[in-house]
Amino acid sequence: MFGLDSKDTKLLIVVALLVILAPFILNPFPTDSALAQFNAGYPDLMQRFVIFGIFAIGFNILFGLTGYLSFGHAAFLGVGSYAAVWMFKLLSYNVIPAIALSVIVAALFSVLIGYISLRRSGIYFSILTLAFAQMSFALAYSVLSNPKFNLTNGETGLQVYPGDPQVLHHEGLPDVPHLFGIAMRDNFWEPVFGGWSFTFNNGYYLCAVLLIAVFYLSIRIFRSPFGMMLRAVKSNQQRMNYTGLNARPYTLAAFVISGMYAGLAGGLLAAMDPLAGAERMQWTASGEVVLMTILGGAGTLIGPVLGAGFIKYFENIFSKINDNVLHQWFSFMPDGMEDFMVFVLHPFIGKGWHLTLGLLFMLVVIFLPGGLVEGGQRIAALFRGGRKKRGGAEDGEHHPKPSPHVAE
Amino acid sequence: MGILEVKNVNKRFGGLQALGNVNLSVQENTVHAIIGPNGAGKSTLLNCLVGKLIPDTGSVMFDGQSVLGRHPYEINQMGISRVFQTPEIFGDLTVMENMMIPCFAKRDGAFEMNALSAVGRQKDIIERAEHVLEDMKMLDKRNMHSASLSRGDKRRLEIAMCLSQEPRLLLLDEPTAGMARADTNNTIDLLKQIKEERDITIAIIEHDMHVVFSLAERITVLAQGTPLVEDTPDKIKGHPKVREAYLGESA
Repeated sequence: MFGLDSKDTKLLIVVALLVILAPFILNPFPTDSALAQFNAGYPDLMQRFVIFGIFAIGFNILFGLTGYLSFGHAAFLGVGSYAAVWMFKLLSYNVIPAIALSVIVAALFSVLIGYISLRRSGIYFSILTLAFAQMSFALAYSVLSNPKFNLTNGETGLQVYPGDPQVLHHEGLPDVPHLFGIAMRDNFWEPVFGGWSFTFNNGYYLCAVLLIAVFYLSIRIFRSPFGMMLRAVKSNQQRMNYTGLNARPYTLAAFVISGMYAGLAGGLLAAMDPLAGAERMQWTASGEVVLMTILGGAGTLIGPVLGAGFIKYFENIFSKINDNVLHQWFSFMPDGMEDFMVFVLHPFIGKGWHLTLGLLFMLVVIFLPGGLVEGGQRIAALFRGGRKKRGGAEDGEHHPKPSPHVAE
Repeated sequence: MGILEVKNVNKRFGGLQALGNVNLSVQENTVHAIIGPNGAGKSTLLNCLVGKLIPDTGSVMFDGQSVLGRHPYEINQMGISRVFQTPEIFGDLTVMENMMIPCFAKRDGAFEMNALSAVGRQKDIIERAEHVLEDMKMLDKRNMHSASLSRGDKRRLEIAMCLSQEPRLLLLDEPTAGMARADTNNTIDLLKQIKEERDITIAIIEHDMHVVFSLAERITVLAQGTPLVEDTPDKIKGHPKVREAYLGESA
């Protein structure tokens, strides 16, 4: 279906169902139960899952296929956000032109940065992209924000003010980002079943539709001759060169495509919340997408989405657990025991969520070099149990063998 | 006029004259071997032919066109394929994918943005790849990871990849280096078969005299960066200068 083989069609349908039903799936606990804080089915977080999923899918086209590790992809995300907010300021709050411009601007930006950075490979490429991203951050944070020429509004962040032109804006349209009048931040359905309540948000479903579309596109790219060439770049550039293929335009095309994915993600961030700040371009943001991709499984189709969800979940849920919550959990224990447990777990919760994430990341990289996807495959293999491993070579074709991606 | 004409090529690395006034003419549809002791400049010469190095002076013409200053991929597109000393294949890919990549390069050129059609629908490419694999008796290994092939099969795959491009000149850099005797003989038979079945010129750099004398129709002997003699294998065997420079006292 849709030009995909049956295995890929199944994967696409599963992803589409997960994304569409996410408001149910992510809210498994009744609202007033003790576990309700593990619910992730609220619009703001779901939007982040999907937006960073798009970001990571795009990053994976570059890193997963060609092995070029960019440490500057947040620059494209930030550029996309700025472009979108400028569209809000100048045209109107409609998200279509905003998102379109953010993709175009990110594409132009990535042509420039990619053209220069791809003259080198390996660690030098990573350093070049990092340098470009940090320059972009500096430009956005201070240089391009002065009274004479204020493009980015510095540390305050770019936002829409009542005095902005908004030439296409008129009475009757909401004063927030909208899609032809449908406000992104509004919820269209808030059902309550017994103790459970769910939220269906307009903005989330816009992001969801786009995620399914770009996920489909990435499957097509993975299975195309172009995708095969990108894997050839990663495998052996020398052989490629002596086989009459010019690796440079292939890598540049992959770089630009992944830059456009990042621009789309940036545009969507702004469409959900019309604000663009320079911190979105900082190197930690670039590092985050690298972590997402490796954690989920670089070079696999679904891995980056899983990785993005995993990290965003930790960032938002674990960081909210505090000592009071822990005391509640361990209240069944004798007093001294309870305090001890809280003392032991304290560094790993709240602001210490980075510590937990770091430990999990280490565990995954050491024991599951293929990321969460490899974990899933191993579990599936366990369930298949005694049945003989079937089509090993076929698997190798679709999922590159677990290799130390981090070392590249 | 040969298909490959090397004229007055000089290459110097600092104080070392790697190649001094090399002249070489490879005739179409022959097997031409270049032999010489270690450090004679064989690999330097080969690298000058494929665009990895640019000679300081002189000219290298392939089929009437200069190859100097061109990128390796451009030279490949002109019709020169190269086999490396240690097999260079796409180790992360399957045998079939390894075969399809040169077929795409042959059909679509150095770059083609073919991002939306499925690989599985490229019937002409698949057919061509399978045809060459069958020729090389490797069709049963088509779904194997190429990194897991034996050394001899890797060499065979690399040669198959080159042949799938239907090159006019096949350059082999010590194709049997480090091989066991049986593998070496297999490779000799394979190259003989290739030569018999198609119009192809083969230039081979080799250490192993057994390989050279079983295959070559012409031999150029290189010593200290300069060609000593060029002749048929029979004459080379008895040539006093060659004995002195290369075969040593024992021969």
